[in-house]
Amino acid sequence: MPIDIDIAHVARLARLDLTAEELESYKTQLDVILDHATQVQSLEGDPREESAHPLGLVNAFRQDERRPSLDRDEVLSQAPETKDGYFVVPPAMETQ
Amino acid sequence: MTWESVIGIEVHVELSTRSKMFCGCAVEFGAEPNTNTCPVCLGLPGALPVPNRKAIEWIMAIGLALNCEVSERSVFHRKNYFYADLPKGYQISQFDIPVCHDGYLDVTVDGETRRIGIERAHMEEDTGKSTHIGDGGRIHAAESTLLDFNRSGVPLVEVVSRPDIRSAAEARAYAQDLRAVVAELGASDARLEEGSIRFDANVSIRPEGAEGLGTKVEVKNMNSFRSLEKAVDYEIERQITVVEAGGELTQETRHWDEEAGVTHSMRVKEGSSDYRYFTEPDLAPMVMSASWVDEVRVGLPELPAERKARYSDEGLESDLAGVLSASPVEVRDIFDVAVAEGADHRRVANWLVGDVTAWLRRTETDPTKLPLGGKQLAELVEIVDEGVVSSSAAKMVLEGVLQGEGSPREVAKARDLVQISDVSAIEEIVAGVLADNPEAVKSYAAGEQKVVGFLVGQVMRASQGKADPKLVNELLRQKLSS
Ligand SMILES: [Zn+2]
Repeated sequence: MPIDIDIAHVARLARLDLTAEELESYKTQLDVILDHATQVQSLEGDPREESAHPLGLVNAFRQDERRPSLDRDEVLSQAPETKDGYFVVPPAMETQ
Repeated sequence: MTWESVIGIEVHVELSTRSKMFCGCAVEFGAEPNTNTCPVCLGLPGALPVPNRKAIEWIMAIGLALNCEVSERSVFHRKNYFYADLPKGYQISQFDIPVCHDGYLDVTVDGETRRIGIERAHMEEDTGKSTHIGDGGRIHAAESTLLDFNRSGVPLVEVVSRPDIRSAAEARAYAQDLRAVVAELGASDARLEEGSIRFDANVSIRPEGAEGLGTKVEVKNMNSFRSLEKAVDYEIERQITVVEAGGELTQETRHWDEEAGVTHSMRVKEGSSDYRYFTEPDLAPMVMSASWVDEVRVGLPELPAERKARYSDEGLESDLAGVLSASPVEVRDIFDVAVAEGADHRRVANWLVGDVTAWLRRTETDPTKLPLGGKQLAELVEIVDEGVVSSSAAKMVLEGVLQGEGSPREVAKARDLVQISDVSAIEEIVAGVLADNPEAVKSYAAGEQKVVGFLVGQVMRASQGKADPKLVNELLRQKLSS
């Protein structure tokens, strides 16, 4: 069962700026992957359970204990812009 | 046309664990920015999350307190979207198998109780905190955004109600009651002003009696119960106005502007609600065994609704039961002890929600430092019953006890408030008052009964409030009639 994917939408969600040729090429590749996924879906059993974890491992928790955090200078060292201990990024919100 | 509003509330509760959801960084409000961060909560490549067992127990407790079922098995999902305060590009959340589902909370508004369904409570992680700067910090005119990742990865429980709420007042009551439950459990600081509990409302309207749902608008940014109520009220009115003018509503998110008292449409640049959930491959599924769930259930404290029902069973009127139930635990403990001492439920409750609460407020005393014990309050009620002090003098006795002057009996004596119940002593004062007020005596003889009240007042004054008013009344009438 072929799935019609909106490759431009997928690219937009992933913030990828692709050319028309690239879109076409990736669409062909994604079709193959989705076709494979369709076959997996036809298997019996609850895919949510079967695919949740490959090892059958459950309840891998840690206790509620603190561990040292990183030094802030190190945390901020790779940031293009910082101010008073904060990361600085361009504004992301718009309201009307 | 009459419109009916259909409201659902999403509540985000930050848990008060010591460490974050998936790493050992401290959960701490007000720390210096970016000091509680590590590769996991900064989303650095290769870092692996390990879930906090305590957080899972808290969400189970919240779910059970809200009458939810706990899933036998639950998994984490990745919710994918791009936003600067989400360093991994996805939030670890839950999609189709939340930890808790199908509960309810009974909410009372104006004496009418309605059951609000709870669809689910799921576990997720909080995002970092953005501060928009430039032009007075107003969000739509921001020039840049500051990011602090101390909050990134703090355990967050999202409780989603069913669209069962029908008015802004009911939305507020639901939010307040849910907050009280979470605070009672101790699962969260539940402070609105610090954002440790946050409320979003989904609002739509439909013609009264209609079955389907109208276009849903999500309203955000309410930071008090009052603003939640106002925002929902505003949004209902706005939608009615748009539809009645022949307009169309848009499914969107709107931002409550507290100052202007309006909601604004809020658009995230290139935003999308296509979250592409998939199971989080870095985390193992969770299995909540019956014995684990029972262990959590047994540890639940008495919840506000249960307590209110118990107080009502013990003979308190609904209002009094409600107010006492919502009082701080220190105040309620005094009630339980005083009642166990044999004091009357209603009178103890009235003292606590009345004078004691007023004193706490007036002196700005933290309830944990309330200098009053249940035994003392029982003794106060007792000395009023015994006629040792009058009810009005009892207020001054309480004041003395709260100021650390001793037990009620000691304070009554030390402050010279002990009631005069000695007949001959009162007779003497009565005789004096009658001699000083011949006009009143004449009026009484002429049939004016109400002068008795005036004369009682005179006697009480002459005794500095210490005469037993019942006895005064009796003796006065005797003297006047003789
Ligand atoms: Zn961390």
